[in-house]
Amino acid sequence: MTAKVVTITSGKGGVGKTTATANIAVALAGMGEKVVCIDGDIGLRNLDVVMGLENRIVYDLVDVVEGRARLRQAMIKDKRMPELYLIPAAQTRDKASVSPSDMIKVCNDLRSEFDWVLIDSPAGIERGFRNVIAPADQVLIVTNPEVSAVRDADRIVGLIEAEEKGPGHLIINRVKIEMVKRGDMLSTEDVLDILAIPLIGVIPEDEVILVSTNRGAPAAMEEKSRAGQAFRNIARRLKGEDVPFMSLDDNQGFWQKLTARFARSGG
Amino acid sequence: MTDQIAIKGIKEGLLVTVSDAEGWADTSRALLARIDQTADFFKGAKVALAVGGRAINAADLGRLRDALSDRGVSLWAVLSDSPLTTNAAQALGLNVALPASTPQTRSVPEKEIDPEEARDEAVLVRHTLRSGRSVRHRGHVIVVGDVNPGAEIVAGGDIVVWGRLRGVAHAGAPAATLQGSSTNGDTGAVVCALDLSPTQLRIAEHIATSPARKGDPKPEMARIKNGQIVAERWSAKGKSE
Repeated sequence: MTAKVVTITSGKGGVGKTTATANIAVALAGMGEKVVCIDGDIGLRNLDVVMGLENRIVYDLVDVVEGRARLRQAMIKDKRMPELYLIPAAQTRDKASVSPSDMIKVCNDLRSEFDWVLIDSPAGIERGFRNVIAPADQVLIVTNPEVSAVRDADRIVGLIEAEEKGPGHLIINRVKIEMVKRGDMLSTEDVLDILAIPLIGVIPEDEVILVSTNRGAPAAMEEKSRAGQAFRNIARRLKGEDVPFMSLDDNQGFWQKLTARFARSGG
Repeated sequence: MTDQIAIKGIKEGLLVTVSDAEGWADTSRALLARIDQTADFFKGAKVALAVGGRAINAADLGRLRDALSDRGVSLWAVLSDSPLTTNAAQALGLNVALPASTPQTRSVPEKEIDPEEARDEAVLVRHTLRSGRSVRHRGHVIVVGDVNPGAEIVAGGDIVVWGRLRGVAHAGAPAATLQGSSTNGDTGAVVCALDLSPTQLRIAEHIATSPARKGDPKPEMARIKNGQIVAERWSAKGKSE
């Protein structure tokens, strides 16, 4: 087994990096993949909360890097999934406690045991960003359909290109189709027009996300959530499947398609 | 080996000047070895690196920055006379000049340049300039690709964009804005683009913003006419409509 290291980043804060990381991880694990998530946001950790594993943290990434714990000891197993683990960030330290080469080493140690290593990023373009980009085989850039988020994503794409990590793949999060139709929100085309990188997912705005984040149960676990479905589609695309982008346009059309899919898979 | 490397304290931290006598691999190895010898002195230091006319690509520069970072040294600026190195440093988000209050230290003495001649030099950028990128050149600047919002071009001469210009463009920039350009700027400079919709357009000391576009973009050229920046459609017949 040789894991692929995927870093989820954005530049701007609050666009949904952590939500995306947790949901893609759950989606991949739900497909039978062995997945480990690393929270790269040292000092402002969140991923443990979103995944509902906060109360089980004993050791963290900085303990591993500084030799106080073995990698195995810092890995928390998510018992709801067959093979999903989290390596949490330290809350009481800062970004400078980990270096890019530490991250590369940790990821290389994980490669032989997993199919996927997903890394959640801090906001910003400083040390923390370099830490999470250094080990990446693939980079997913999360943005919202708004001008400031797209501007920051553009900066990030430029930095990723400079680090020779490819142009990255784009996730557009929190799309409200009604607003796009009214012309009050940037459309997928508008965002792609500026960023000009391949699209890997479009996530509709979904209240289920907020509820599931607070409950610590990622929406990708919920069969009925539209956002959860969109994250599961990203997971399939990461695995190399050619999944058509789901229609955000029409609720009924979506449900019909979904039921049609279940009917098919159900036999 | 050590005389390749000169270290001195400046207001912003340390200024490390490396000669370009050896290859880059040797030089960076020597630099790291030097730092390892006196690790305590360097720990936590902010370093500006002067590399003279040496051309270093972004990957090599990034590797050095990470290696320094492993040693607790943060590289914040790279000073170079090579456009490639400067470009790479900017791409990595590093500074390429010391703040104006600090006297510039150059490892290679600046050649006497005839300002007229220098402005005829052009740089060609063959990729899209994304947000945060800045291209500054005392001659002309040609971009094959887009200039996205948040990116800027400052040129002593003309700016030509074979693509969409949506960031900030300053042509004919005066010496106060751009070192080495003419004192009051060049009011004869032009800016042209296949889609001319900059966030802000400046020529010499004039400033304009783009009016809202009607219809499809057409190639346009902006210049100063009667003391104002005007943009005119450019037609293949070689005359403005």
